[in-house]
Amino acid sequence: MFIRKNPSVLIFLAVLAVFTLTVTLMSEAYGSGAVPTSMVKTLGKTLCLALAALAMDLVWGYAGILSLGHMAFFALGGYMIGQWLMYARTGEIVAATLANAPIPPTPTEISDGIAGQIFGVVGSAELPLTWSFAGSLPLQLLLVLAVPGVFAFLFGWLAFRSRVNGVYLSILTQAMTLALALWLYQNDSGFRGNNGLSGLQNIPGLTHVPQSDLSVWFLWASAAALALAYLLAAWLVSGKFGSVIRAIRDDESRVRFLGYSVEGYKLTVFTLTAMICAIAGALYYPQAGIINPAELAPIASIYLAVWVAIGGRGRLYGAVIGAVVVSLLSSWFTGGRAPDLNLGLYTVKWVDWWQVLLGLAFVCVTLFAPRGLSSIIDAVKGFRMPNRRGRDLGPDLGALREKEAEA
Amino acid sequence: MRHLLLSLLLLFAAPAFAQDLASVLTTHRNQILKPSRQTIGPVIEALAAAGPEAGPVLEAWADRRLGLVDDRFVILDGETARDAATGAIVPGEAKALKPNSGVRGLISAALVQFQLTDPDPARRRAALEAIARQPDASQLQALREAAPETDPALAARRDRLTRLLTIGYDENPEARLAAIDSFGSETSADFQAVLNPLLATRRVAAASLPEDANIAEELSPGSDALPGAEAYALLVDAGLAPPRPGNAEVKAVLAAHLAEGQVGGVPVAEQSDPARRDDAYAALAAAGTVAPIATAEEVTQALETHRFADLYAEPNPEITSAARAALRGMQTREGMAQAADLTLDALSLASIYFLAAIGLAITFGVMGVINMAHGEFIMMGAYTGYVVQTVIVDRTLSLVVALPAAFAVTFLAGVLLYRLVIRHLAKRPLETLLATFGVSIALQQIAKNIFGTQARPLTAPAWLEGSISFGETVSISSIRVAIFVLALLFLGLFLVIMKRTRLGLQVRAVTQNPGMAASMGINPDRIAMMTFGLGSGIAGIAGVAIGLFAKVTSELGSDYIVQSFMTVVVGGVGNIWGTLAGAALIGGLQKGIEVLNPGNTLAAQTWMILFIIIFIQFRPRGIMPQKGRAAEA
Amino acid sequence: MTALLEVNGISKTFDGFRAINNLSFNIGAVELRAVIGPNGAGKTTFMDIVTGKTRPDSGQVLWGERSQSLLKLSEAQIARAGIGRKFQRPTVFEDQTVAENLTMALKAPRGPFRVMRWKPTPDSVARVAELAGEVGLAQRLDHKAGELSHGQKQWLEIGMLLAQEPRLLLVDEPAAGMTLAEREQTTTLLRRLAETRAVVVVEHDMEFVRRLSCKVTVLHQGAVLAEGSLDHVSANPEVIEVYLGR
Repeated sequence: MFIRKNPSVLIFLAVLAVFTLTVTLMSEAYGSGAVPTSMVKTLGKTLCLALAALAMDLVWGYAGILSLGHMAFFALGGYMIGQWLMYARTGEIVAATLANAPIPPTPTEISDGIAGQIFGVVGSAELPLTWSFAGSLPLQLLLVLAVPGVFAFLFGWLAFRSRVNGVYLSILTQAMTLALALWLYQNDSGFRGNNGLSGLQNIPGLTHVPQSDLSVWFLWASAAALALAYLLAAWLVSGKFGSVIRAIRDDESRVRFLGYSVEGYKLTVFTLTAMICAIAGALYYPQAGIINPAELAPIASIYLAVWVAIGGRGRLYGAVIGAVVVSLLSSWFTGGRAPDLNLGLYTVKWVDWWQVLLGLAFVCVTLFAPRGLSSIIDAVKGFRMPNRRGRDLGPDLGALREKEAEA
Repeated sequence: MRHLLLSLLLLFAAPAFAQDLASVLTTHRNQILKPSRQTIGPVIEALAAAGPEAGPVLEAWADRRLGLVDDRFVILDGETARDAATGAIVPGEAKALKPNSGVRGLISAALVQFQLTDPDPARRRAALEAIARQPDASQLQALREAAPETDPALAARRDRLTRLLTIGYDENPEARLAAIDSFGSETSADFQAVLNPLLATRRVAAASLPEDANIAEELSPGSDALPGAEAYALLVDAGLAPPRPGNAEVKAVLAAHLAEGQVGGVPVAEQSDPARRDDAYAALAAAGTVAPIATAEEVTQALETHRFADLYAEPNPEITSAARAALRGMQTREGMAQAADLTLDALSLASIYFLAAIGLAITFGVMGVINMAHGEFIMMGAYTGYVVQTVIVDRTLSLVVALPAAFAVTFLAGVLLYRLVIRHLAKRPLETLLATFGVSIALQQIAKNIFGTQARPLTAPAWLEGSISFGETVSISSIRVAIFVLALLFLGLFLVIMKRTRLGLQVRAVTQNPGMAASMGINPDRIAMMTFGLGSGIAGIAGVAIGLFAKVTSELGSDYIVQSFMTVVVGGVGNIWGTLAGAALIGGLQKGIEVLNPGNTLAAQTWMILFIIIFIQFRPRGIMPQKGRAAEA
Repeated sequence: MTALLEVNGISKTFDGFRAINNLSFNIGAVELRAVIGPNGAGKTTFMDIVTGKTRPDSGQVLWGERSQSLLKLSEAQIARAGIGRKFQRPTVFEDQTVAENLTMALKAPRGPFRVMRWKPTPDSVARVAELAGEVGLAQRLDHKAGELSHGQKQWLEIGMLLAQEPRLLLVDEPAAGMTLAEREQTTTLLRRLAETRAVVVVEHDMEFVRRLSCKVTVLHQGAVLAEGSLDHVSANPEVIEVYLGR
């Protein structure tokens, strides 16, 4: 019933499955080896970014909240899983070293050893309170959801309760991200300051598995997470819930007079998408291998918005397309693989000029193609935009400006 | 050289005293040759009484330059030796006397008298400075007994020094208390230096604390001031408890006694349990192989049955409490001076934020548009300043040219941005935000491509370097004063434009009701363009100002942009006074938090942003919100 | 007759301008009431206060049999308590279909998680179709609201109000921009609605008010100037002065 009403979901899942299978069959571990392991990792990471973009699309494209802080939740998820990865992995190494001594180590000695190893770089040998659960995978997995969830809930509660919206809210989320990043930059916050967490690509207990295999496993896990999240998102937006959040995007005060608690809905969407982002981050950073506070820089969240805007917001596949296209193009251009453009007088080195191109392309997309790349898909499908008369209530005509103009 | 001159002087001096000096030297010959602390007193007194010629002798004696050639006392000066009494050069092998340090102390104390009464004021000053550098008890007497000082400045200095030494060394507690009192509310470093040693403490552990001890603070083991391990270490050091080696040592001992897979009858495999390790060690101790160690219970008991305290070295509690009170008063006054310094700092930071935010506030207020490229306009202004400086060498002139040039460049950039992008996104504030962000990353990268990643200098003219200071602790660099003035200037300029010019009137009209303004013949589009240009132009000037004290890089703008946003958000939209209040709040807050958490700017910024998030809860529309029914919606 | 809504001595000042000045107002559970008054009389502010959009500076607003205060409730809670509001300008969700608009308004649990689990039932589908029929949009269920004409949007909004099943309906200038036939239709509808609930119509147009033939409250400078039948208030010299000017 649900699938029948939303055929695009099926197409998306099929494309995703074909993509994952193809990469697997061309990987070094399980196939021809045409795709090197580093590329498999890049693709896996791209799927995680697409997952984050999907969440961003829900919160911005559908609910109209331009959050400039969702990459913070992404990174928080990464930090949470990183704690376990680093703790357990260091634990293995420390246990192996201590096992060589004549007297077997006590648990305290092991945990002191781990703390010394992990926090030596910031001049501390004690395990901070924030690492209390680092030894337990299930608890730390729970924290992947709980920490960003609670954080988003508290922030959202404060912000929505006082009816902060529009650009104010965007700036506030940006400030939140910055505050979090600055806090993590401090050595005494308990997350190794600007060193961040590293060595995350080594999965404890799986040290015998080569990275080429692991990369494919993570590719599958990322694809599965993306598929599930896509299903969830499609289910949410196709029902009455989706109807309400789109209504909030277009005219939130009208929704209030219908009896819906706008704040509750915004908070639900904000928190839910924060948790989706956290899952994406938890899958991303084991593939990236390292996480540090720079990942939380406000600019990362803005890029997330850029991906969604370029892909086309208000459509789930648009967000995914945007994230995949832009992040792959970005790594192609900045990786130095793009050929230089010789203009005679000046040779355009893409490493230097990609950002300029991206920035200008982004301006052009906002100006000329507000529906982004997915408008191409609309054109292909022959999907005719409804000929709307009356006011153009785009996703962005948030209540604020409309009401101000009214007076 | 000085001694040489003195000796020469002595040669021509009346020989009346010389006879005395010579006789004193002969009389006390034996004591001088073999001096001891107990017996030397009268000798030094006699020498001191022998007149000013005795000064060089005492000086030489204290410096171990007094020697003996045959039987004559001589003063050694490098290779030459002169007769101590007459100053005549004495040939022959000299043997230097080597008085011990106790005796030397007494000698120098006696010397002080000579130096303090030296006819040369420079020498007297030098003597006072020497005492101030290395005060000790013996000099107190000398200071008091020296002949009255004639030079008023030196007299004051000597009096002060006497009082300082009284605090430190007088035997009579009353006199010391009076001396402390006499300084009143002074905060000078020398007074502080005298007070601090009075409050020196040492940490003791004992079964019971001595009755007469001057206790600074009694400590309980396990508290923050005295962790349990430290307390126990004190007991061990005092020989009151047996040592308790660390885990690593225990482990090493156990490893050393490892035999056939077990230690002291405990299998190695079980020794990952700390309790079993204790068992193994106890077994070894029982067998007499190793010395016993204190068990955890014994440690606890030892800690419970002993008392720990910080004791003042100074036995008189009255003195210590007076010293503490004086120091505390001193700290309060210093704190106030620092607060004044801080206020100035905060003021200059606020002016910077104000300059950076004012353009943003204008565009946001008039159009409801957040210009994410605003930070890059600041950067463009700073780079314009740099470029102008490379062309015009004279710093002052280049600054004078740079300010309008920066305004012109960024004004044009703003107008261009408005015409090309913002105009087409009218009433879509979030999309404007994102589009201008696209412009921002492009501009940043272009700046990087043109100027490279390394910082470019934008040097202030010489008259802006240095600082203006008020009192000892309060000072502010001239650049910051200049920025403050610039901020005031812009505030004034803005008010004049808004309240006195046609453009200002039109801008206000468009802000309040664009539709109505349009119907009255104002072209809102043109007004919006002009205000956008104006806002951007001010950003450019802010860029030059910021560039003067910060490094000019392509990231210059993004360092200030979030604070600028915060300023606008906190201040409230569409009101210059709001922006001013916002800047003052943010600047003050950031400096304030920095003081509470010194040396940690990161934490300061974190807390500041948290504060703003909370602040928004109570004033969602800023300090000075737009008024009227429109704002209610 | 016990009052469904009881407004006691409310006042509201905007920047020194007294929009509502010690206003008191009662309406019964089943009643049609017209509120008239010149521009700036405080009609819209009054509705804003009742629906929770604006908080009064003083006074109280009591609701229902249990005399619950509405001043502490949010707009959404007031709407759920049973007060529906029809805006002057039609506000429907243009990006969504007529059916979606109506479904959203249907009386049903409003919490986010309940809504997530909500599925269309045959009953709800039938109710949406019935409502669409009632407001003449049966053929347009799958069209986006943005495609409708101005009048159709008005009707869709009325349909949404009906779907909410409010006990008190606040209608702001329903006749504005309507053709004569549509006015006729609107009058009929409002009178029919008032048979089962309380309806407050805020209106300028005396002709339209006359058609409603109900009790009239005249507001002036934020306070009640007169109350009674239209004929009664039209005879009031003060009302004449206010309306015709000095």
